Amino acid sequence: MSIPYYPGCTLSTKAKNYDRSGRAVAESLGMPLEELAEWQCCGATFPLVLDDSLALIAPTRILYQAQQAGERADSPKPLATLCAICFHVLRRSQALLERDPEMLERINWFTEQEYKGKVHVAHFLEILRDDLGWEALAEKIARPLTGLQVAPYYGCLLLRPYDEVGLDDPENPIIMHDLVRALGAEPVDFAHNIECCGSYLTVKEPQVSETLSKDIVASARASGAQAIVTACPLCQFNLDYPQRETEAGQTGDEIPILYFTQLMAIALGLPEETWGLEDNYVGLNLEAGEQGA
Amino acid sequence: MRTQLSIDKVRGPFVTNVEEISGQDLLDCNQCGKCSAGCPIVGVMDILPSQVIRMAQLGMEEVLESNTVWICASCLTCVTRCPKGVDLPRLMEALRQISLREGVSKLDLDALPPDLVKAVPQLAIVGGFRKYIK
Amino acid sequence: MIERALVIGAGISGMQAALDIANSGYEVLLVEKEPTIGGHMAQLSETFPTLDCSSCILTPRMVEVGQHTNIRRLMLSQVTSVEGEAGNFQVKILRHPRYVIEDKCIACGACAKVCPVKVPSEFERGMAERSAIYMPFPQAVPAIYHLDRDVCEDCGKCAEKCPAQAIDYDMQPETLEIGVGAIIVATGYELYDGEAVQAYGYGSHPDVLNGLEFERLLSASGPTGGDVIRPSDGKVPKELVFIQCAGSRNPEHGMPYCSKVCCMYTAKQAILYKHRVHDGQVYSFYMDVRAGGKGYEEFVTRAMEEDRTLYIRGRVSKVFAQNGKLIVWGADTLTDQKIEIAADMVVVASAIVPSAGARQVAEMLDIEVDQFGFYVPSNEEMTPVESRVPGVFLAGVGLGPRDIPETVAQASGAAAKALALFGAAKAGVQ
Repeated sequence: MSIPYYPGCTLSTKAKNYDRSGRAVAESLGMPLEELAEWQCCGATFPLVLDDSLALIAPTRILYQAQQAGERADSPKPLATLCAICFHVLRRSQALLERDPEMLERINWFTEQEYKGKVHVAHFLEILRDDLGWEALAEKIARPLTGLQVAPYYGCLLLRPYDEVGLDDPENPIIMHDLVRALGAEPVDFAHNIECCGSYLTVKEPQVSETLSKDIVASARASGAQAIVTACPLCQFNLDYPQRETEAGQTGDEIPILYFTQLMAIALGLPEETWGLEDNYVGLNLEAGEQGA
Repeated sequence: MRTQLSIDKVRGPFVTNVEEISGQDLLDCNQCGKCSAGCPIVGVMDILPSQVIRMAQLGMEEVLESNTVWICASCLTCVTRCPKGVDLPRLMEALRQISLREGVSKLDLDALPPDLVKAVPQLAIVGGFRKYIK
Repeated sequence: MIERALVIGAGISGMQAALDIANSGYEVLLVEKEPTIGGHMAQLSETFPTLDCSSCILTPRMVEVGQHTNIRRLMLSQVTSVEGEAGNFQVKILRHPRYVIEDKCIACGACAKVCPVKVPSEFERGMAERSAIYMPFPQAVPAIYHLDRDVCEDCGKCAEKCPAQAIDYDMQPETLEIGVGAIIVATGYELYDGEAVQAYGYGSHPDVLNGLEFERLLSASGPTGGDVIRPSDGKVPKELVFIQCAGSRNPEHGMPYCSKVCCMYTAKQAILYKHRVHDGQVYSFYMDVRAGGKGYEEFVTRAMEEDRTLYIRGRVSKVFAQNGKLIVWGADTLTDQKIEIAADMVVVASAIVPSAGARQVAEMLDIEVDQFGFYVPSNEEMTPVESRVPGVFLAGVGLGPRDIPETVAQASGAAAKALALFGAAKAGVQ
């Protein structure tokens, strides 16, 4: 039973490992991700000003494309996303169009497409939690990651603002904690798990992002984490990039920063080429339970 | 130096423009400081997020000269915790837009290390372009 | 006109109203759902602004109520229905069994000593334990033990040990039907424990306490004998943070209103802490200091100047545990800084909310409550102790946050209204 899927530009280029592991995981769980036939960049930012509807054109077109994909199928399906930022933009755009029918009409007029405003945008984590269930996932684990201390790092846009995104408690999220447990690993709570990594500041004031990211990684390590999982390619980059020149075990400060789908691929016993660990700056060495580059 | 306040300043075009673009009533903020208390980037800001809205409340256009509005990462922590529901991210965006629409540009990719630009996920570049350049 | 008043609630406001009416020569039926009278004031260590010992000023009243020939106390009781009108209300009262015969119990405590059950003590706000058969606190009125059947293990040891054969496991609930001429509602308050304080670790971290819990630590008759120590490890906290407006003044995540008394009791608790921990430091995160009563401004100034409390203007964004400390992220808007304090203990001044059951009481009496469950008088300015129902009067924090002086004065006001009803009937006045 396939799910319409919006990868976004980053997962199609710089974060292919996220896309590859995600697709492999979804396939193995019996809910393959079917990429939309036609799509374009979502814009990477949700417009926060009220007088700019141009920024909504791209997300609405994507939602329309999802609508078309759904109409060809038997029953309406959610639009699955992996990139937390695409998820945030599409989810909030959908919420805006729902509460502002005039805006929807205006955009439809401009694009000459009739988006009816009914697509449900879902993050893959939600689909795992609500449609599959953690117990069902745990049953499929071929290689339980017993003893591995994994710190789920949620970042910002996956959870906030709660009233529009509504994925999980924005102050005490547990969705990735539950996922990590289902994989047999031990979720590690740490104080900075919802603190911002710096996001787009990386292209403006890279030293600020680096400081924030180092604090997050240090906080996770201080709580005993052996690996960090995340759902956002920019978070993954910001946390991992400062580690790029480190070799395995060099300072002891480096820590694998993985997409949750990579950890899932390993735990589900999928072939190594689906894990995509070669694209992470610091990889995961499972045998020794230590880090490797 | 005294700061002069009058209707033209505190309900003048700058204030009404900011409120219109952001959709926020600036006086909803009672300056409790909780936003500043939780902001992850406040350490490198020249004025606190709560001061940004205070200056806007007073009609002080010089708030546009602070680095705070540009260094805000739109992480949404402030609005998540604000006891009054003031949407500070929208306000920050409105202030950025006012500058951007006047032709100000705050992004200079050429000033960044080329390796970084090559490696960074393009969503950061797309986002950066949209947030920091008009 | 039935010359008898019903007072619902036996905290300080109910007690005061009952005494005023009883001392005027009329009968009072005082109904209380707890096993003892006294309410929250009995849990306080000292009161502001005088720093009088709370029990010292309260217990004489409690004894007076307990011994008054005109006051009939119904403990462990609840009013279940009210019919009729001013001058002639027919009320039904459900009396839950105490399982201890009041006339026989000599309060020796032998039962509690052999009871195997240990549960958190409500009086000690969970800071200590009690047995299934217990006396809430030594000065309880009546000084009779109470067997909490919900946690009792039916081992029979207490009845075996009781030298007065006062324990009766087969005691049954009773319903009393009685007529009264006037009703005073004095159901009091509880402390908020929702999202806005949970965000500060309240409810999940043992060293984050609310005002009443901290008050039990301060109290000489409390679980630590008045020593301020961390519940987690028994160490004396040297860096103490108070968070004011925790849950109050927070339309988005808590209660929108101001709880009025927290600025004062926080200053009080800061002063009392410094009396015990001379080398400790207190920080108090505030938005505004509300000290409008007589002597109140001077009291807060004392906390600042004599006891060196550092008041920091700014709300707290987050509190989290790290290396045995509680990291507090707040702001000082006066110097434009984000502030971080590694606290040993955090006290949240939680919002005041109505007692559980207040809404049901209101419905039963057909009196108005606001959206928060506080009773609404017929006119806030001119008839603050009268409900919209003739003959039903209101007193105390059930109306909204207020301090002890106001509460006592309003209780007397409500009592006067009831006495006016009786008096008018006597004088043949309409």
